[in-house]
Amino acid sequence: MKKKVLTVDDSRTIRNMLLVTLNNAGFETIQAEDGIEGLEVLEGCNPDVIVTDINMPRLDGFGFIEGVRRNDKYRAVPILVLTTESDAEKKNRARQAGATGWIVKPFDPAKLIDAIERVTA
Amino acid sequence: MDMNEIKEIFFQECEEQLAELESGLLKLNDGDRDPETVNAVFRAVHSIKGGAGAFGLEELVAFAHVFETTLDCVRSNKLEPNQDVLKVMLRSADVLADLVTCSRDGGSVEESRTRGLVKELEALANGEAPPAAEAPKAAKPAAAPAATPTDDSGFQPIPFTFDGFGEEEDAVEQFTYEVTFKPARELYAKGNEAALLLRDLSRLGEMSIACDTDQLPALESMDPEASYFGWKISITTPKSEDEVRAVFEFAEWDCELEVKLAEVSADEELPMVPVPFDLSALDEEPAEIVEPQPKAVAAVEAVSSVAKAVNAAVEKKESAAAAAAAATQNNAVAAASSAGQTIRVDLDRVDRLINLVGELVINQAMLSQSVVENDTNGTSNINMGLEELQQLTREIQDSVMAIRAQPVKPVFQRMSRIVREVADMVGKQIRLVTEGENTEVDKTVIDKIAEPLTHMIRNAVDHGIESPEKREAAGKDPEGTIKLSAKHRSGRILIELIDDGGGINRERVKQKAIDNDLISPDANLSDEEIDNLIFAPGFSTADKISDISGRGVGMDVVKRSIQALGGRISISSRPGLGSTFTMSLPLTLAVLDGMVVTVAGQTLVVPLTAIVETLQPEASAIHSFGANQRLISIRNSFCPLVDVGRILNFRANQANPVEGVALLVESEGGGQRALMVDAIQGQRQVVIKSLEANYTHVPGIAAATILGDGRVALILDVDAVVGASRGQSLKPEMSLAAAG
Repeated sequence: MKKKVLTVDDSRTIRNMLLVTLNNAGFETIQAEDGIEGLEVLEGCNPDVIVTDINMPRLDGFGFIEGVRRNDKYRAVPILVLTTESDAEKKNRARQAGATGWIVKPFDPAKLIDAIERVTA
Repeated sequence: MDMNEIKEIFFQECEEQLAELESGLLKLNDGDRDPETVNAVFRAVHSIKGGAGAFGLEELVAFAHVFETTLDCVRSNKLEPNQDVLKVMLRSADVLADLVTCSRDGGSVEESRTRGLVKELEALANGEAPPAAEAPKAAKPAAAPAATPTDDSGFQPIPFTFDGFGEEEDAVEQFTYEVTFKPARELYAKGNEAALLLRDLSRLGEMSIACDTDQLPALESMDPEASYFGWKISITTPKSEDEVRAVFEFAEWDCELEVKLAEVSADEELPMVPVPFDLSALDEEPAEIVEPQPKAVAAVEAVSSVAKAVNAAVEKKESAAAAAAAATQNNAVAAASSAGQTIRVDLDRVDRLINLVGELVINQAMLSQSVVENDTNGTSNINMGLEELQQLTREIQDSVMAIRAQPVKPVFQRMSRIVREVADMVGKQIRLVTEGENTEVDKTVIDKIAEPLTHMIRNAVDHGIESPEKREAAGKDPEGTIKLSAKHRSGRILIELIDDGGGINRERVKQKAIDNDLISPDANLSDEEIDNLIFAPGFSTADKISDISGRGVGMDVVKRSIQALGGRISISSRPGLGSTFTMSLPLTLAVLDGMVVTVAGQTLVVPLTAIVETLQPEASAIHSFGANQRLISIRNSFCPLVDVGRILNFRANQANPVEGVALLVESEGGGQRALMVDAIQGQRQVVIKSLEANYTHVPGIAAATILGDGRVALILDVDAVVGASRGQSLKPEMSLAAAG
């Protein structure tokens, strides 16, 4: 069965890149535009892994990760954070919120797939 | 979708982000201190940077990075966004916009401009921030988004490409490492999985592994979420210690990890049992790897029963999940679609639809007409059905038009940059206030309004608003205000440009018009007429043509562009208080409400918006004036009579006004004219078909349309006809008429 990835990012550009990259790599991709929508979509989609941005309107990546971890059904789903640079503070906060790992932008398809494979069986 | 398409999306998104950025900065400039505004501004730049990085647009990334760093200082309250700071930021936004444009269309931004701003931005970031924490960040060469600097915590991203592993192995030196790995419960809580980490580690080379089960309690006291196992791994690999550690990159904080080069024989000190590490087992049954060999029988049984229970639970969960997945897929889709309230549609598709609806309207009109001709009693069901069809057609048409409707906001936002730039250039202080930005109008109108509006704004800044000294001397606020507003009024969009400058200098305008031979020196013009002289071709009030207002492009060009859109423009001015330009434009360029008239046997359509009233002239109201001018007296004032048939050369001689109908029209100059036509056929909505696109431009004719009976009718260009009637000159016949 195809692995399912939920991506949460407010940038249409990045969403499209994620979609193309993940679909090409044989993943099923579900997308949300911000943390709130991410949590809404999460309920039905049962992802194998979640990829989320940090800077987003309405609910940012930290809030979203906390929301996922609070949800008994999904608290063990691996969550990868897209961060633009190696901002230690941001990564630390993401980790504290419950992020599993991170992917450093600029967006590189190979890195993304590698990171996803690292955290999924 | 390929990368080029995504790049196109990126640039579209950049436009949106830039608009967001600018409006956010302007809000901050107006004293808005809502954290969400700052966040939105930050996000806009951040987003541009993120996308630009993905496409390797380094110049853009570099500048966005510096900008973002400074914005981050504002966001974390280290930098107060006062007027000076915002001035730099607004200029930075302009440069960012230029960099985006250059990235898309080629070309380059002056390096000095970029560099200067980078310095200013960095100074801002450094000036207010605690030097230790912020300075290095801001000073960091921005063009290194892919760099992987270290930080104090040792928390660093290491690119984890596994390319070329196998090839290296035989050639290079091999190391053996002893790795001790003991996960904390947090590791699992964050979605990491010890087995997966061990799998990744095993890919680095030959490894053997032993599981430390000492801490495993009896089943009844076991916490299912606690971490009881630790592993001791011996791995032989050509990789460096850092590379081995990198496997645990995500888990570093949530485990005890020790990696060291192996001593010669450091095999078994602990009561642990080495297990050959079999990767295939992991993929089959994850629970197996943690199953130790018997040390104490009871403990092992406990472990394997735990493992089985876990397996069973996992399986159960998985099958339940699979069942749920199918059911909930729809929910996810529904949720996704309900969240996105808009879709993007290729403009061509919309245009095709609009064209088709245009044909539908014509077809429906033809059908109606033929039914009316054949079904004289008018009571049949066909007639009723047709009426409904007509209504539906109209509704479909309106809805389709609404698809093309867009708010004027983007154009208005562009204007604020122009005000800023031009004001800086001429050393004036000017604030642009916009109103009704969400007023919607057809996209074509929006696209075409930008240029004339830009020109008018430049004019208003350059000529309208006075210098700060002059303003102060006149007792005004040294900062001038330009107000740009849009609103709907009776099926048209009304755009007003109001400045609080000096107003039109009528003496000078009149003198200029006389000098340029636009009016005769003894002309007796009303204030309104003098003001409107600035729209006359070849008129320019600036004593010397400045860079700003453009070379030789005057308000006459603006007026022509507006007219080409089926719009009108007028000015009213109060000396010392400022001027107001009013533009009225159609909401769509696709259909038109028109009066269908007959002139010398030809069918013409006169735009309804131009017509003030229609009247049946009486012989006593017609007065001759000069050689071949005629006036009609309407309620004690005189109005020039224009014979449409004569102007368009449909006939050689002037028709008798008493036999026809007069259409009183409002012309651009502010005056009225009575257009003579032979008869009125009716009023209807027509679909505009461009003559230029299908034939060539015909003076006096704006476009064509197809009528219900299938015949082509020409749409009258009222202003051109009126202009032709006075020989395209502003010789004072009009004012005489008004005075009479």
